[in-house]
Amino acid sequence: MNPLELADAAPGPAFAVTLDGRELAALPGQTVGAALWAAGVTSWRTTRGESRPRGIFCGIGVCFDCLVTVNDRPNQRACLVPLRPGDAIRTQEGTGHEL
Amino acid sequence: MSSDDGRPRLAVVGAGPAGLAAALAAAGQGVRVMVIDSAEAPGGQFYRQPAAGLGARRPQALHHQWRTWRRLREGLDRHIAAGLVTHRPDHHVWCVEQRPEGPLSSLGSRRFTVHALRGPAQEDPVEVRADAVLLATGGYEKVLPFPGWTLPGVVTAGGAQAMLKGGLVVSGRTAVVAGTGPLLLPVATGLAAAGVTVAALVESADPKALVRRAGALAGRADKLAEGAGYAVELLRRRVRTLVRHTVVEAHGTDRLEAVTVAELDAGGRVRPGSERRIRCDTLAVGHGMLPHTDLAEALGCRVEPDGTRVWVDDEQRTDVPGAWAAGEITGIGGAALSLAEGHIAGRSAGARLQGREPVPDEWAAAAKSRGELREFLGVLDTVYVPPAHWVDQVTDDTVVCRCEEVTAGAVRVAVAELGAGDVRTVKLLTRAGMGWCQGRMCGPAVAGIAGCAEAVSRRPFARPVPLGVLARAGETAGKPGKPRENEDADDIP
Amino acid sequence: MVGAACALYAARAGLSVVVMDRGPVAGGTTGAGEGNLLVSDKEPGPELELALLSNHLWVDLAAEPGLGAAIEYEPKGGVVVASAPEGLAALERFAAEQRTAGVEAVAVAAHQLPDLEPYLTPGLAGGVHYPQDAQVMPTLAAAHLVRASGARLLTGRTVSEVLRTPDGAVRGVRTDRGDIHTPAVVNAAGTWGGELAALAGVTLPVLPRRGFVLVTEPLPPLVRHKVYAADYVADVASDSAALQTSPVVEGTAAGPVLIGASRERVGFDRSFSLPVVRALAAGATRLFPFLERVRAMRTYVGFRPYMPDHLPAIGPDPRVPGLFHACGHEGAGIGLATGTGQLIAQVLGGRTPDLDLAPFRPDRFDGAGANEFSRETP
Repeated sequence: MNPLELADAAPGPAFAVTLDGRELAALPGQTVGAALWAAGVTSWRTTRGESRPRGIFCGIGVCFDCLVTVNDRPNQRACLVPLRPGDAIRTQEGTGHEL
Repeated sequence: MSSDDGRPRLAVVGAGPAGLAAALAAAGQGVRVMVIDSAEAPGGQFYRQPAAGLGARRPQALHHQWRTWRRLREGLDRHIAAGLVTHRPDHHVWCVEQRPEGPLSSLGSRRFTVHALRGPAQEDPVEVRADAVLLATGGYEKVLPFPGWTLPGVVTAGGAQAMLKGGLVVSGRTAVVAGTGPLLLPVATGLAAAGVTVAALVESADPKALVRRAGALAGRADKLAEGAGYAVELLRRRVRTLVRHTVVEAHGTDRLEAVTVAELDAGGRVRPGSERRIRCDTLAVGHGMLPHTDLAEALGCRVEPDGTRVWVDDEQRTDVPGAWAAGEITGIGGAALSLAEGHIAGRSAGARLQGREPVPDEWAAAAKSRGELREFLGVLDTVYVPPAHWVDQVTDDTVVCRCEEVTAGAVRVAVAELGAGDVRTVKLLTRAGMGWCQGRMCGPAVAGIAGCAEAVSRRPFARPVPLGVLARAGETAGKPGKPRENEDADDIP
Repeated sequence: MVGAACALYAARAGLSVVVMDRGPVAGGTTGAGEGNLLVSDKEPGPELELALLSNHLWVDLAAEPGLGAAIEYEPKGGVVVASAPEGLAALERFAAEQRTAGVEAVAVAAHQLPDLEPYLTPGLAGGVHYPQDAQVMPTLAAAHLVRASGARLLTGRTVSEVLRTPDGAVRGVRTDRGDIHTPAVVNAAGTWGGELAALAGVTLPVLPRRGFVLVTEPLPPLVRHKVYAADYVADVASDSAALQTSPVVEGTAAGPVLIGASRERVGFDRSFSLPVVRALAAGATRLFPFLERVRAMRTYVGFRPYMPDHLPAIGPDPRVPGLFHACGHEGAGIGLATGTGQLIAQVLGGRTPDLDLAPFRPDRFDGAGANEFSRETP
């Protein structure tokens, strides 16, 4: 049993997004975080002090640990932002902003 | 957009059990209601629904009390169809403002402005004006730190559940569920049902203590049966349950690989030599819940000094005229209590907004349920407490504030050497709580490690707000029905 | 902050010092400040002299081993900009006067502004660069100065009475946790300095002037100096009780950009005011358009200790032998703390102070001035 089977899900066709240029499949409705988890990715940013990896923690938009750059927009919460076909996800470092 | 039919307008913030129950009750009294919620679909955290695109045909497999949800959902749909309720999903409220002008009691004065950001990027401003507001903002999970808790793969118990319910995903193959509180049971059974091997359920409390308090709990046999149901489910799925145990460390370099759990003695200390290592790629951990009180606090509502609840009277009114509160923000209590409180709040607001004195007899059943559940939860709260000496396990190099990467050692230096004696000074001296989450994650941990009392955190912005939005906030106030370009100044239908 | 600096310099002058606060370290206005060490906003006169003295002392402190980093001392300099030619002319006249008083002030033509601040809005008339302006993290500065002083720190202790001998001289303080005997008491109670003075039986008209600060998400160093609009100086010097805001924008060592500055005389009202922070955001985004999409994470409020002539009270109180005042620095208390501490240490030790203390006399509002002041208090 996997979660999709558990809920008897019949999702629409998967579409392609990219993570740092690498193509990944996402299902309609999935957030960035859900798609990355489904692809086996659990961290996608490093902290600005110690450069430590982080990913989902609270899962509901409160902790801001899962910050990620989506379509050049930094510091989006992966657990909240739904994906659309062709979205470019980028791992981010530090503040997420460029000089 | 605005149809001024003379009906009073209520803005409900939050579409979880409390907000929905309130909206239905108020709309039932003939008040126009706008339910403003951050999620894409109603339900809140408890009834979080799989994303529509996932086509889940059996979402109830992920939920409990599904019939209650069906009733709420059908009621909402009915009122929406009748035009009394509007549901605004994906609206992230950052501030509720009370305008100084306008007499308190007069209807149609639109004294409150709810400022929200629309869309997943949370950049487009929306302002909603209302005669009254009902705050049902819910809660989030409290997690106390331990070495390794910042490793990817360590998630909050509620987070694991939210990702499962909403995205139909899990973060690995083998999980340990740990911490304390009634939430751990459905998280463990949910993950197990979704195909995850739950290597252990690690509960620091001893639920047998509940049995000793059975007299006090007998009034809510339904809740006890619920707990017993989970226990059976855990047995069926062969989940090993370790009570009076705690996770003392999470291991891994860039990802969680294992945890060490240990037994607790009667005093809440780790029993030396009892440590054992459990391999896992996911740790779902939680130590109870905290309420989202920010909007209420900034509006001027009285909040208990430790920040655990917004004060309300028997009708769920806050001490700010025109502002009601229901659900977790008036004290953590779960979905059933939230429903009762929401119903009472909605009834009260519905009556008072139409100039009628409410009749409490009309909500006697909800009031009875509210009383019993509060008593029941009072007992639960005495049983499900984190280990008394959890601070001992937090080594100096453990990061406590995840955002600003402040260690327990830095907090201890602030107290021992720099003269801090309260959480605010610790924050100023260490930056603990100054980051993106504004101390929501580390607040209780910092207080515990510093050895000082928890305090109400003042967060005038309930979420980060772009300066460009802030610079124009409220520009349409006083000019109802004339939205600016690119801005949706919105009256309730 | 001022108390911490007084403790440091008094201890270094050989005195035995006890620092007492009813709250924690930096629990009053210090903890709500931005940590400005500014000469740029001061016109020639006693306050500027104090600022220049303080500036040198901050430079010295920052050079002590470990201390500069611990207090996040950043000699980043200030840039004052004018949007229109008339404003620029006034700013340049102001800067010329400051130069004669010893301030480094370098005129910056419009086309040179991007070299200093690449993200400033285009189309400004020009500005003035003040290399001496600097910043510290105020709470860290106060805590580390107390620690460096070696003084005994008693937090959470409230002074309820200033004890005096039969002939009126100070002999100590009574607190909620016992008496402390000392021949000299320094009133460094900031915005609450008037209350402490009253315990010694004298009036000192210190009143709160509320200010909000906005804090953004952490950013790379996109704002390099303390940058503000020329009208800030006029607001600082204003006597109006009404809300005034003028944009003041600066980056911090930790990443977030701080945005000020608002001034209102509304008593000690801590409640959040959206109209005020809206005005701050509007001013900041006008100066730095890139901030439009940068998110504000929080805002905090503080109460500047305001005196009617905008000068602090520093020195012995002639009305009560043994009572010294070091308060009422308005929004400049962090910057002026070191000079104030040094001057207080000098007069405590019976030495001649580096500056003439006459303009800072605590009793200068006695008589007509004080009455006038009490009438205009909102």
